Amino acid sequence: VSAPRGPLLFKDIDTPGLTSIDTYRRGGGYETAALVLGKKSPDECIEIVKASGLRGRGGAGFPTGLKWSFVPKGSPKPKYLVCNADESEPGTFKDRELMEKNPHLLIEGMLLSAYAFGAHIGYLYLRGEFAYIQRILERAIGEARAAGLLGDNVLGSGFEFEIHTHLGAGAYICGEETALLSSLEGYRGQPRLKPPFPAVEGLYASPTVVNNVETLMNVPHILRHGAAWFRQWGTEKSPGTKILSVSGPVKRPGNYEVAMGLPLRALIDDLCGGMRDGLKVKAVIPGGSSVPPLPASLLDTGLDYESMNAVGTFIGSGGVIVIDDRTCLVDTLWNITRFYEHESCGKCTPCREGTYWMSEVLERLEHGQGRERDIDLLNDVADNILGKSFCALGDAAAMPVMGFIKHFRDEFEHHVTQRRCLVNRRRESVLAEASA
Amino acid sequence: VSDALLEVSAPLEWPAKARAEIDEVLSHYPNRRSAVLPVLWIAQREWGWIPPAALRLVAGTLGLPEPEVFGIATFYTMFNLRPIGRHHLQVCMTLSCSLMGADRLFRHLESKLGIGHGETTPDGRFTLRRVECLAACGGGPCMQVNETYHENLDEARADRLLETLT
Repeated sequence: VSAPRGPLLFKDIDTPGLTSIDTYRRGGGYETAALVLGKKSPDECIEIVKASGLRGRGGAGFPTGLKWSFVPKGSPKPKYLVCNADESEPGTFKDRELMEKNPHLLIEGMLLSAYAFGAHIGYLYLRGEFAYIQRILERAIGEARAAGLLGDNVLGSGFEFEIHTHLGAGAYICGEETALLSSLEGYRGQPRLKPPFPAVEGLYASPTVVNNVETLMNVPHILRHGAAWFRQWGTEKSPGTKILSVSGPVKRPGNYEVAMGLPLRALIDDLCGGMRDGLKVKAVIPGGSSVPPLPASLLDTGLDYESMNAVGTFIGSGGVIVIDDRTCLVDTLWNITRFYEHESCGKCTPCREGTYWMSEVLERLEHGQGRERDIDLLNDVADNILGKSFCALGDAAAMPVMGFIKHFRDEFEHHVTQRRCLVNRRRESVLAEASA
Repeated sequence: VSDALLEVSAPLEWPAKARAEIDEVLSHYPNRRSAVLPVLWIAQREWGWIPPAALRLVAGTLGLPEPEVFGIATFYTMFNLRPIGRHHLQVCMTLSCSLMGADRLFRHLESKLGIGHGETTPDGRFTLRRVECLAACGGGPCMQVNETYHENLDEARADRLLETLT
């Protein structure tokens, strides 16, 4: 038996057969549901989650209990819980592993969260590429229904709850909560202006809470053991653990569950075994490709909401992308910008046009055809997107551009003055192959 | 896709099993429109792609205007409005996979198969496509073949994989 991979969500994650309800129950699964449903009041549940300080793990970091408390009481409309399993932020692959290996924890988390704010229907929105995970989840939902854990009268408590999975079809934008709701309603997945916020007017214009997979999976643990217990991990403002998805040329990439606040350097050097092939760290994107990068000089920064904010970036979804010293950062940024250009839904002009132009400018810089004013032009275009479109996709496209130029301006200037990359092992390998 | 849309084809009908599945799916939502993605998925599974006649069938089943269903189907990247090969090679080109050699892998597949992005081999065996992040960043380069993820690929491993895909 190998050591547990993490203190909370990853503690039993590699237990063989955990996808079956019997194995999940042998490890204490659904005990929280039995202790809470009909025994604790919904308001008590909201208070415990508020006190725990749990914040949304999908990227925005909004306090979960507070979000639930915004759902109006006594509304004649139905209330909905939507699980955001559209995991699409580049660098992030935690929800995929969590759902593949422990679907019942998500079901229990959805059940308890729905109970707390009074939803009777939960939609589980998966990205289209996760069709095979939909089958795992459907099987688990069937088992839970057969065991009386879903349905008209869950565990005899009188509480009614049903979960339906819903498969997307390839659109990064559907991870944005209002776009996700449009998609679920059968429209193109385009975002809506907020307010009204989904808690007041969401799915079918009814009160709706949208929570990320990892967030929901924390809920059974918190309701079982209490807020103080949960706060044994992490910091005052960032309680609990975070699953960090590490990618790039480190020796052991993968998902790591750590207490919030772990320094980046410890993650990369100790948990991931350092860099491969004698490479060194040049930059790290700490929270998915939408957040500004950090230079190697800031590797001692802790991975929590407030420490990351203090150095001008975000822990986001926890997608830690490690970039080595032989990679060209103009090429890197061009790759990132192309992603947002491709994924912009086209609704807002600043994002639709701006992502296109940033890609164009980066392409000519990368190919040595850049002009001196292109660097400032990039910043200018980014500034004209930031905060000027409906949803966060525009900001997500603008922030990396501003961040890369801020920390690594010399590399961009080198492209203008020398008309080539300082380093570029990826291009070299392609050229070497072509000439072989 | 415009020529595919204009293609004239005989009306299609749902096979009985698909019809039953659609009835089940419709019961999950308060209105028929919400079922548009699940029903498009069922159509794609039945016919391997979504021919114009299937778009018309989906629109009729849900009571939606056909152009709107077309607009929805084209908004998403995973609905095939043209026929595709038996093995759909979807190579992630986003940053983490790119850092680990996705660009090289894609060029290798292009030259080995003699097709480019979005093209299908003449024998109908492979369709090659660049895609964006698949949520497999720790196992880059990653390629999804139909629904199956294949991670940590290099040229040699990709070659061995292709041999198994007949």
